[in-house]
Amino acid sequence: MAFYDGLFNALGLREWCDAAAGSSKMSMASLLAKTNPDAADEGPVFPFPSMDELYQACPSFPQSREFTAGVEEAFLNVKDVLKSVLDPLTQPLSWLLEFALFIFLAAPWWVVVPLILLFVWYVCRSVAVTTFVTISFAFLAFIDHLDAALQTLAIIAVCTGICIILGVPIGIAMAKSNRFQRSLLPLLDLLQTLPTFVYLIPLIFLFSVTEPKLYGIAIIVYAIVPVIRLTDLGIRLVDQDVVEAANTFGMSPRQKLLGVELPLALPNIMAGVNQTIMMSLAMVVIASLVSAPGLGVLVLRGIRNLELGVGLIAGLGIVLLAVILDRVSKAAIARVSTDQTFK
Amino acid sequence: MVNSPKIEIRNLYKIFGSDPKTALEKVKAGMGKEALLSDTGHVLGLQNISIDINESAITVVMGLSGSGKSTLIRHINRLIEPTDGQVFIDGEDALLLDQDELRNKRRTDMSMVFQKFALLPHRTVLDNSALPLEVRGVSKSERHAEAQVWINRVGLGGFEKHYPYQLSGGMQQRVGLARALTSNSDIMLMDEAFSALDPLIRSDMQKLLLELHVELKKTIVFITHDLDEALRLADHLVILKDGAVVQQGDPQGILLNPSDPYIEAFVSDINRARVLRVRSVMTALDKKFKYAGDVAPSDTLESLIARSEGDTSCKFRVVEEENPIGQIDMQDLVKALVPRVSEVEQRNL
Repeated sequence: MAFYDGLFNALGLREWCDAAAGSSKMSMASLLAKTNPDAADEGPVFPFPSMDELYQACPSFPQSREFTAGVEEAFLNVKDVLKSVLDPLTQPLSWLLEFALFIFLAAPWWVVVPLILLFVWYVCRSVAVTTFVTISFAFLAFIDHLDAALQTLAIIAVCTGICIILGVPIGIAMAKSNRFQRSLLPLLDLLQTLPTFVYLIPLIFLFSVTEPKLYGIAIIVYAIVPVIRLTDLGIRLVDQDVVEAANTFGMSPRQKLLGVELPLALPNIMAGVNQTIMMSLAMVVIASLVSAPGLGVLVLRGIRNLELGVGLIAGLGIVLLAVILDRVSKAAIARVSTDQTFK
Repeated sequence: MVNSPKIEIRNLYKIFGSDPKTALEKVKAGMGKEALLSDTGHVLGLQNISIDINESAITVVMGLSGSGKSTLIRHINRLIEPTDGQVFIDGEDALLLDQDELRNKRRTDMSMVFQKFALLPHRTVLDNSALPLEVRGVSKSERHAEAQVWINRVGLGGFEKHYPYQLSGGMQQRVGLARALTSNSDIMLMDEAFSALDPLIRSDMQKLLLELHVELKKTIVFITHDLDEALRLADHLVILKDGAVVQQGDPQGILLNPSDPYIEAFVSDINRARVLRVRSVMTALDKKFKYAGDVAPSDTLESLIARSEGDTSCKFRVVEEENPIGQIDMQDLVKALVPRVSEVEQRNL
């Protein structure tokens, strides 16, 4: 009755096929066909030999759902080993996040906010940007969203910091080794194109949803790519004449890296950091699905309960944070660039 | 020469491409640059270069772009590794140095000045000039003091806190020069160091270099594509074409006796009166003449023409340190001003 019956008969596999008849689970389609025999399958004239189609002809052949089940099983099998390695390794991340969240919330606003403003002034030395940040924080505090915004900020600060600590050395290694660059680029492409929600699924299996490192890892994995890429690019773009001069005067690789390459690549690296910050912010909202606190939780509440106002105001807060982070990091880049006279 | 040369380059070959060793066999068997490129896709950078570079002299390597002169100078400090041949520095085979030895050699024994200046844009003039000492681990106050001396010497006193982008091209190259001098190395490599500067500034820099050379007696290897510059600076002139030496020797000699049409074409546009010196044209002393005056062997022919006021019949006595060493006939002088006949014929063809 199935299209590919003849194929298995011709191959002499009929006996093997029928051995498993009836033992397999029933598919939704065949269940529907049973309850509604009138709509008996008059499928396409020449169906593609997919797994499900072949199963129709030969019950021993695996269905496609067994394929996905297989992937899941494989992951579950390595899960325990993976967990025993990753759990202690990533534990400091949990501590860091908990610590940062605690500090940002436990300290009174009149300590935290001025400290943040001082930091903003320190990195960008711009009256306009600092004034803008002050007004934004005043607004967020006025509408009682300051705590949520600070939680979001705390998570971003920790994750961006770790992205830089890990990403810059990886970027340097990529710039130094063509082979390493070639092998890492596909992974970076994958990380950038993988839908953000997909990061969360395996992580939920690996770690407890209540642990901060779950969302921490998701954010870092998602946001680390630009800083790696731009560090690599920045170092490769350093003026080769200057590098030659450094070689001529006998600089060691270390002197060259610290004295020439990193300073000259700094504007590019900072552009990468800016991108990393923005991507952390994008991910921190999605990470609220797995208990990341902050403005994302309010957005989630707005979606779940259809509380339009709550969602919109929280969204506005996120936009405000995004603008603040972008302006501050760009002002910092501009300062670095003019300081170092790259025109 | 009694002393052995400071730098000896022996049978140096450089071939760029994926399999230079095989290509080298072909070149040694007589394959030319074009044939090598079209047959094997390899570029012949240098072929069979042998040059002696004497201590405390300015050796100028001249050639048009693509003649391999920049490649050649980079073999001296091994920024480029040769395909075949040897480079001796102070009699020591530079190609046998391992990475650490090479680094030390570059730190202490040679410095370089670049066509595009290659200053560190994020550092001040003072820090840029102090770089060679910084690399060696000299303390900040010491290296700044040393750099300051050379910054003043190249005429940039007062600019030490400036950044390179705040300076003009000529001033930037003075920083490059100060940087090379701060390293206090015997050998100075200058890769088209003045080619990016405009003519007046270039002339100033040449003057400065000559003054510094008289003062410091460094061994200078100077790369240029400009014959005027080459003749002004050179104690020893090497002319490269397509990666091979066409002629080398005393610049005056090359000017008077070009060995090759390529060089004849090169030297035909030169103001010979300004470049040629009495020493190159003078003849043996012949006492029976009455001399119009005494001249030094290093005087240019131009100054002599001015002194004779255009009178081609007079003769001068050539005197060096109060000893008469020869005479110069104004008629010989005028003949020397005209490029060789073969070349004039070539032009008319």
